[in-house]
Amino acid sequence: MTNSIGEMEDCEVMFIIGSNTNENHPVIGSTLRRAVTQKGGKLIVADPRRIGMVRDATIWLQHRPGTDAALINGMLNVILAQGLQNQEFIDSRTENFEAMKKVVAGYTPDKVSEITGVPAKDIIAAARLYAGAKTGAIFYAMGITQHTNGTDNVKNLANLAMVCGHVGRPATGVNPLRGQNNVQGACDMGGLPGDLPGYQKVADLQARKKVAAIWGRKTLPAKVGLTVTEMMDATEHGEVKVLYIMGENPMVSDPNLRHVEKSLKKTEFLVVQDIFLTETAALADVVLPSAAWAERDGTFTNTERRVQRIRKAVDAPGQAREDWWIITQLAKRLNQKWDYKSPKQVFDEIAKVTPSYAGISYARLERGNGLQWPCPTSRHPGTPILHAAGFARGKGFFTPVEHQEPAETPNKAYPFTLTTGRILYHYHTRSMTGRAEGLNQLAPECEVEINPADARSLRIKDGQMVKVASRRGAVTAKAWVTDRVAKGVVFMPFHFAEAAANRLTIGALDPVAKIPEFKVCTVKLQKA
Amino acid sequence: MAKAELTLNGKKVSFTPGQTILEVCQQNGVEVPTLCHLAGTTPTGACRMCLVEVKGARTLVASCAMPAGDGQVIETESEKVLIARKLNVELLLASGHHNCLTCEANGDCKLQALAYQYGVESVRFEKSDRYYPTEDDNPFIVRDFSRCILCGRCVQACNEVQVNRAIGFGYRGTEAKIVTAGDQPYINSDCVFCGECVQACPVGALTEKKARGKGRSWETRKIRTTCPYCGVGCQMWLHVKDNQVVKVTGVEDAAPNYGRLCVKGRFGYDFVQSPERLTTPLIKVRGKFKQATWDEALDLVAAKIKAARKEKGANAVAGLTSARVTNEDNYLFQKLMRVGVGTNNVDHCARL
Repeated sequence: MTNSIGEMEDCEVMFIIGSNTNENHPVIGSTLRRAVTQKGGKLIVADPRRIGMVRDATIWLQHRPGTDAALINGMLNVILAQGLQNQEFIDSRTENFEAMKKVVAGYTPDKVSEITGVPAKDIIAAARLYAGAKTGAIFYAMGITQHTNGTDNVKNLANLAMVCGHVGRPATGVNPLRGQNNVQGACDMGGLPGDLPGYQKVADLQARKKVAAIWGRKTLPAKVGLTVTEMMDATEHGEVKVLYIMGENPMVSDPNLRHVEKSLKKTEFLVVQDIFLTETAALADVVLPSAAWAERDGTFTNTERRVQRIRKAVDAPGQAREDWWIITQLAKRLNQKWDYKSPKQVFDEIAKVTPSYAGISYARLERGNGLQWPCPTSRHPGTPILHAAGFARGKGFFTPVEHQEPAETPNKAYPFTLTTGRILYHYHTRSMTGRAEGLNQLAPECEVEINPADARSLRIKDGQMVKVASRRGAVTAKAWVTDRVAKGVVFMPFHFAEAAANRLTIGALDPVAKIPEFKVCTVKLQKA
Repeated sequence: MAKAELTLNGKKVSFTPGQTILEVCQQNGVEVPTLCHLAGTTPTGACRMCLVEVKGARTLVASCAMPAGDGQVIETESEKVLIARKLNVELLLASGHHNCLTCEANGDCKLQALAYQYGVESVRFEKSDRYYPTEDDNPFIVRDFSRCILCGRCVQACNEVQVNRAIGFGYRGTEAKIVTAGDQPYINSDCVFCGECVQACPVGALTEKKARGKGRSWETRKIRTTCPYCGVGCQMWLHVKDNQVVKVTGVEDAAPNYGRLCVKGRFGYDFVQSPERLTTPLIKVRGKFKQATWDEALDLVAAKIKAARKEKGANAVAGLTSARVTNEDNYLFQKLMRVGVGTNNVDHCARL
């Protein structure tokens, strides 16, 4: 997030697009609902489904899955046509405005209505409401990013915020809501094939030299590595022989599972380090038992870039050990002279290597409510709001974005659009929530959301089993006949291994971020 | 904003217009007991515990709902106030079934603490004979209406803090009760089991089902940590007894959640204690896992990495680090891949 969660209670206009906030980030959902019900804020929700947040929305834009870029262009078109932009901000803080303006000129409300299915008057009203606010904040999640044009979608949201100058002030900004406890930290720490800690680029010789020096090395490997989806291909073709997976379960979480299963089975040597024998661990040659979150010390970095402590409360069972210990033991066997004795000692090194973490220490975290990076010095208070004085690159760059259809569009054989996500009561691949008493009682099985009109024409009744098939696979799950979804659209949570939505999803990727298009593929339905 | 002044227990203090008398008291270190008051929500003035005497006022006033006024003269511990508070506690004790022996909230109950503080030794009033059956047909929350003092904190928590709007006041007079729509049990209502009502309940009317019988509040240690589920990073207390997490509550007054948690964070902790946890390294031999020592397992992994590297180079090894583990673990994992193995083939599930 460019901004922080707490300040959003005082936001005047909130625009949620591609985030089922009250189910996937419930406490942020509460914050935003408080802003509406207690403080008089206004909410715009753009989502193909009538998600919980719609109840408090002034405007709900129910667009066709995969048409986010067009919808945002429509709002930009209205703002510029009606002269609602913040010209002062555009002139002083941004560049390439004209190029963007030229592209969105073609996206009139009527044309966008045709693409998205949203009435033109609602597009106009949403644009006017957001642009007219003193403080306007955008919230998005995987509903924006998990598309073959996910990167474009994000850039277009940045266009929208910059056109209105809704950046760099309290209760504004472009705010991705990150889905996993430490996905922010895993990225910050260099858990990426092209990035060293702190997003210092692998391709940058100076960055490599700097980090290598701290690590006591002459050089670091210069070739950008493989992304997770590329690894699956590489193992299948034997280019990667050893795959070491820590705390992930691609056998449920990745697209096109049949392909994943084939790749992992073909992997010459698979090591999985986890707290349970997950679907992925079951395929491993060696399984290493980890300590769970309540059994260890360390830090997580949340969606608002806040670095916070976790603390050991109970002992790990049997011989399960903390991941840092396991990695250190392995490093020693690979001739590294590592001598880490505690997470604190590791964190001190992180602060040396990672400029945005340089001012953070366990001692400081002990005192307050965490610290938000960038925090470059030990006296720096942290940064609740990014881009206040300027953007990282200097001027904010408008990237013109064109509408692009998803990789798959409905046809006669596969007439329905499937979109996937999470539900309130479960988490990701259910390796945790599936083993927590009570959550399974509230949400015991996978339910496919089907519009009543579609259900009628297929003679499917609420609660009946239905077979959902794509070009890649088929699963059977229970039908939930509901007008939460529009006609022609079905939704499935991806949590349940026994009715794995990812047997159906497509492996098509965004060319830049390499993120799979989980939010759109096509399927057919029949009574099971 | 202009500052104003009032006299609090004989001392002149300044305040900002708009503050309640309770807020002025708290700001000046004067303790005023409250039951129904829930920070950040509309004051209801329901419980009458925070009564104070304002000179010239016709009656004692509820300090949580009364705006402080310039020139007010306030006494928080006058005899009149103390008698009224004690009477109030007696009435609350008579209103229901308040037997501490069998109560889950024993030791962590505001009513119990106030009875002790105000020296209530017996209740002069006839006890209410209205007993409600306990509702526990959901996995997480036990509702015992006979212990409810109708302070309304749960209603405020549900409607104004979490804005789930599942409960409110129902019925009238002595029949008054906290209800869901249609007075259904939680399991058949709009309740999403965030448990904010339980955290707000000052007595034993709402308690965590999973924590029942697992330990009294004085027997548990509280350890502050960060929630392991989504990216909000809610701050939580783990209540621990005998090497077991027995309960989770939200940390009040701390960003980013200010006490709030969701159903997963509050009630989804016991996977840690699952009998299915991995407890030893495993090595697959002819398709079957066999238990191994750490040395055996790690030696094998290191040997395989070295062999692959020798045969095809360092890029024949790849690793997936994790959005679920700590910064420290992630940092070491990528360092291991980059210097221990010698490849940038490291990624994680940020995209999934």
